Amino acid sequence: MAPSRFSLLTLLRQAFSGPPDLSAHWRSPAPGPAYDVVIIGAGGHGLATAFHLAAEHGIRRVAVLEKGWLGGGNTGRNTTIVRSNYLMAESAALYEHALRLWEGLSQALNYNVMYSPRGVMMLAHNVHDIAVLKRHIYANRLAGIDNEWLSPAEAKAFCPPLNLAGGMRYPVLGAALQRRGGTARHDAVAWGYARAASALGVDIIQNCEVTAIDRDRAGAVSGVETTRGAIAARKIGVVAAGHTSVVMALAGLRMPLESYPLQALVSEPVKPVFPCVVMSNTIHAYISQSDKGELVIGAGTDAYVSYSQTGGLHIATHTLDAICELFPMFRRLRMLRNWGGIVDVTPDRSPIIGLTPVPGLFVNCGWGTGGFKATPGSGQVFAHTIATGAPHPINAPFSLDRFRCGRLIDEAAAAAVAH
Amino acid sequence: MRAAFRMPAGGRIARGETLSFRFDGRIYTGHPGDTLASALLAHGVHLLGRSFKYHRPRGVLAAGSEEPNALVEIDRGGGRRTPNLRATEVALYDGLVARSQNRAPALSFDLGRINDFFAPLLSAGFYYKTFMWPRRAWRMLYEPLIRRAAGLGRAPEAPDPDRYANRFGHCDVLIVGGGPAGLMAALAASAGEARVVLVDEQAACGGSLLDETTATIAGQPAPVWLAETLATLNARATVRLLRCATAFGYYAENFIAIAERVTEHLADPDPGLPRERLWQMRAREVVLATGATERPLVFPGNDRPGVMLAGAARTYLNRYAVRPGRRAVIVTACDSAYQAASDLAAAGVEVALIADLRDTLPAVASDLAARGIRVAAGMTVLGTQGGLRVRSVAVAPARGGASVRLACDLVLMSGGWTPAIHLFSQSRGQVRFAADLGAFIPDRSVQRERSAGACRGLLDLAETLADGARAGAAAARAAGFPVPDLPRPAVAGAITPAGFHLGLCPRAAATRAFVDFQNDVTAKDIARAAQEGFHAIEHVKRYTTTGMATDQGKTSNLNALALVAAATGRAIPEVGLTSFRPPYTPVTFGTLAGLSRGALFDPVRTTPIHPWAEARGAVFEDVGAWRRARYFPRSDEDMHAAIARECRATREALGLLDASTLGKIEVVGPDAAEFLERFYVNALRKLGIGRCRYGLALGENGFVRDDGVIGRLAPDRFHVTTTTGGATATLDRMEDYLQTEWPDLHVWLTSTTEHWAVLAVQGPQARAALAPLITDIDLAPAAFPPMSVRVGHILGVATRLFRVSFTGELGFEINVPADYAGAVWEAVAARVAACGGAVYGTEAMHVLRAEKGYAIIGQETDGTVTPGDLGLDWTIGKGKTDFIGKRALALPDLRRPGRKQLVGLLTTDPALVLEEGAQIIAGPNPSPGSTALGHVTSAYPSATLGRSIALGLVAAGRQRLGARLYAQTPGGVAEVDLVSPVFFDPAGRRIDG
Repeated sequence: MAPSRFSLLTLLRQAFSGPPDLSAHWRSPAPGPAYDVVIIGAGGHGLATAFHLAAEHGIRRVAVLEKGWLGGGNTGRNTTIVRSNYLMAESAALYEHALRLWEGLSQALNYNVMYSPRGVMMLAHNVHDIAVLKRHIYANRLAGIDNEWLSPAEAKAFCPPLNLAGGMRYPVLGAALQRRGGTARHDAVAWGYARAASALGVDIIQNCEVTAIDRDRAGAVSGVETTRGAIAARKIGVVAAGHTSVVMALAGLRMPLESYPLQALVSEPVKPVFPCVVMSNTIHAYISQSDKGELVIGAGTDAYVSYSQTGGLHIATHTLDAICELFPMFRRLRMLRNWGGIVDVTPDRSPIIGLTPVPGLFVNCGWGTGGFKATPGSGQVFAHTIATGAPHPINAPFSLDRFRCGRLIDEAAAAAVAH
Repeated sequence: MRAAFRMPAGGRIARGETLSFRFDGRIYTGHPGDTLASALLAHGVHLLGRSFKYHRPRGVLAAGSEEPNALVEIDRGGGRRTPNLRATEVALYDGLVARSQNRAPALSFDLGRINDFFAPLLSAGFYYKTFMWPRRAWRMLYEPLIRRAAGLGRAPEAPDPDRYANRFGHCDVLIVGGGPAGLMAALAASAGEARVVLVDEQAACGGSLLDETTATIAGQPAPVWLAETLATLNARATVRLLRCATAFGYYAENFIAIAERVTEHLADPDPGLPRERLWQMRAREVVLATGATERPLVFPGNDRPGVMLAGAARTYLNRYAVRPGRRAVIVTACDSAYQAASDLAAAGVEVALIADLRDTLPAVASDLAARGIRVAAGMTVLGTQGGLRVRSVAVAPARGGASVRLACDLVLMSGGWTPAIHLFSQSRGQVRFAADLGAFIPDRSVQRERSAGACRGLLDLAETLADGARAGAAAARAAGFPVPDLPRPAVAGAITPAGFHLGLCPRAAATRAFVDFQNDVTAKDIARAAQEGFHAIEHVKRYTTTGMATDQGKTSNLNALALVAAATGRAIPEVGLTSFRPPYTPVTFGTLAGLSRGALFDPVRTTPIHPWAEARGAVFEDVGAWRRARYFPRSDEDMHAAIARECRATREALGLLDASTLGKIEVVGPDAAEFLERFYVNALRKLGIGRCRYGLALGENGFVRDDGVIGRLAPDRFHVTTTTGGATATLDRMEDYLQTEWPDLHVWLTSTTEHWAVLAVQGPQARAALAPLITDIDLAPAAFPPMSVRVGHILGVATRLFRVSFTGELGFEINVPADYAGAVWEAVAARVAACGGAVYGTEAMHVLRAEKGYAIIGQETDGTVTPGDLGLDWTIGKGKTDFIGKRALALPDLRRPGRKQLVGLLTTDPALVLEEGAQIIAGPNPSPGSTALGHVTSAYPSATLGRSIALGLVAAGRQRLGARLYAQTPGGVAEVDLVSPVFFDPAGRRIDG
């Protein structure tokens, strides 16, 4: 049952003295009739939740149900940026918790997720940006999170492609750098969690769409109906990203979420040319280079809500306007692929992780454009919430009822521009 | 160098002109009409590149945009270096400089080749299983090594000097693909009045007809028919032919994106021309005639230079008059390879064998046998041998038996043809698997689109032509243009490409049997991935990287699907299809960005006073899209000295600020007062005519979004100002509420930000300075009290004059039409100078208002701040039943004691100016992870007060007044005392002058 351990030695042995052990990374069982916990959505967050339920809470009768293929939603569509330099104390605590888990994730899962702390640099283009970034740096420093101010020359030294030529429309006046930030290989995160969870007994059931959420007479959840039959469970965790509203509607809950297409694109692969991650909130661009050599570029969301995984061309072109302005030497590179995902956005742009008004039903959603980086932490605190029936101190502020009491955690707020 | 493989006649090249070019430093020649690939093949050069992972030598597989191997760098000099271009698409020009990629030190001797010997170790997904220990080694050791080995070409290092253009277009019928189906569609669609656009990715229209030498259409040789058809289309004014133009994306509502290469093929382009042009075309009806792509066979060593698609060989022979080798072996499962064999034999290439994988030979085989060419059925291919070029190929009976090694320098293969359904799929059309073709074809259209010809599986030339005519006529009619049916042209002498083979060849080993050539994915990798539990095709793709190279799997995807199906015991349709995403072929970033660069990237907004400020040496800052004068230094002044002088002058005499960037909205209509009453927290319904009020606008969440001044000019007319940065958002929000929440209100909104220039005249001398300039407004305190507005004239120019102050001094804001602002400004500035005042910029404006404790929305607030937090509860109209955000203000957390409140902060060291954004903490030595009490929102040196001042938001700040706290500094912490945010003139006496 336990898969063999991945290591260089094993691999060498397998490579040159067959026959290799090529057992499946995860089992593909038929759905069982009942589980202690059913997780809806086999993305990174859902799989991480299942892993932590089994590994930390001893709850191994867990099924992760996936409408399509595991890791096929935003886990496999994002721009793979990992960082924790958030402004609000609650957010910083959540993302820093995740970042600490990232640092040992490959070893914890025995799967190389290629966490690469190559540094995330945020650019300041005007006086207002400087104040906003310095506020982040001061707040992070107080919270014990690394984030430092770089002069334009220091920023250029850290990221040589940066354009400091005079007369730029958006000059680089400085940057905030989180050195521990970086990237990870998104697919490997889903596969690593799936492999580790499956080894602990978690059933990952793909091509299994949930069509109804069953309730008992007291109103508590009792199971789900799926395209592959009914499954009983007293605890259900919904981790369905852009389609969370649709799934929660099955339980009669209306969520404070709006779903938007978010686009990303890659260039053709080139030799290493871009050493870190650069983000510019002012001109809406972020960029890094994958290990394969592609420049990975994130765009903004479309202006209108939609469940379509393609966005308008003008969103992608506008992002490339900005990238070419910041890095004019990349103008001759070519866009290889442009795709979209569906992001679920809350009114305060922070996630919802916790209990719902329906007993036994838990939800983890609303990550908007930034969920990937939180994957390990989100899974761990959500597993704690499901296992104990109460939120972990880290996700307690991210409750659904904050929209009723007004205790919002507004990250986007800090970027507000006005004079 | 002599082009030994160029035939003495034939082809579509201009032999009269010889072009010279360099590849890896060596000089070669070619002719106009050549591609880089055809010109190199004419010299017998097949080795063009190295593969991504194993650095295996690679040649030319195909002849078009599907080419996975022959990627080169083209360097036009002066920063015009482009990596990863397909030699099969690069049009030759004189002086072209090309270099191979991904090799060191040389293409023929590449040290990276060592990877090939470690292939067993580097199988698909190897990196997920190792490089994990020790923990830091991934980042420090393994990743840099892998990154250096990966990547293809080198990114350019210099800014791209070329220009790119952008055009928007509309048409009635857009036809994608200028092959036989597309041309017939264009002929049919343009028979009436419809505006027709035909887009083709190649330099010449014709598609497969460009390779045709034997077929006749309507009784004419195919080349003649093609020339006449193009002449007909060119003569029609309603037809536009776009060549070298790739339709790369199909978006909603028949919106097609097209990348046109304008100068790439020219040696010395006119500098007035853009390099490329992006067309964004909206078409009433679309005809997709995108053709089909030939598939390789999968067998060991199918990637050696000299192994080529049969159809590509035919292209090089017929279109470019190039013999791709001397002695060929053809392995095929499709009849079209017989046409290639026939043409090669006729051109003097020895065809050693046609090995057909099928048990039954097609009828055409007997024709070739009759010409003395060996043809064998029921065969398979076990592998090739050779170093930098194929030397021999091993073929054997498919059902067992001894293999034979045949010497050759050319192996041609055909696994059948894959319809190009990329754009159809992007349009969200539904596809189905056609078992008789072994490929997916369009099934159900979702947009106003129809597929025609080979891209919907019709591979027979006669069928294709007829289908194109049908689709073109149907599209024109659907767009509302009656056109007749075209007669179906008779076709003779063409071979219909029947037959296919998918997946590994029988008996062939899976090792080094390449599926995705560029990414080095073998049949073995795919089988292993399936074994390791990767069954979804998207998982296989991502785990093995098949189909993820720069060709996006055009030649490989179906073989990969078939291999997954075989490995998992499923039928191909059950395995599914990966998504087709734009672009169809890679598109230059510059083309997508277009003209949007430099000053046009995001146009700078300037006020009518800008030239005056520039002439006076003002230092500017960007504020949103605006460029504003920050301060006006005199000759020997630094920033601080200039600001201190501007502040002192304003407090002591007079200051003049260009406040034109303030957002302005004219709110008009019988319900205007009711509308503003709901939009702002203030009581505005009964605001008197000629009166102003400070307005605070909240979001639904109860937090401050914007502020401004609302002046009533008439019962149904208001002049509303917003913050500079919030102008657009506020107007948008107003429109949103009017259109979606309160459509019953009769209110009209007009942005007047650009219409009115605003001159803020502030200081004790303000009235005296303005009095001589204004004759029809009584400026006397009793006649014109604070917070009122008058309409009149200044220097004869119509003005709306506000008595408002953002400095705490006696103040007026003069609104004049922007066209007159320069002249009025000059006159007012002269009066200001005469009264001992100064012009000041945004920085002094910030200091002056901070001395008075006036919050700036967006600086003191960050979207989490209520009116109460700012001490502005007094602005909320008493007894108002509703306004945006009212309900939220009643939420428990918004009424919670201990919320962060606006306070003043005085450092114990009066010379220390805090940094904005510094956190406020209770003690001098915070432990890591402790939370802040608040933060510094504004901090300045104040000349008026002779010390630094700061504003901040601090938890329960108003209760803490008098307390000593700490603020972070770059080096540590500083002591601060909490005080009232009003540092200057707390009684507010100065406002009356």
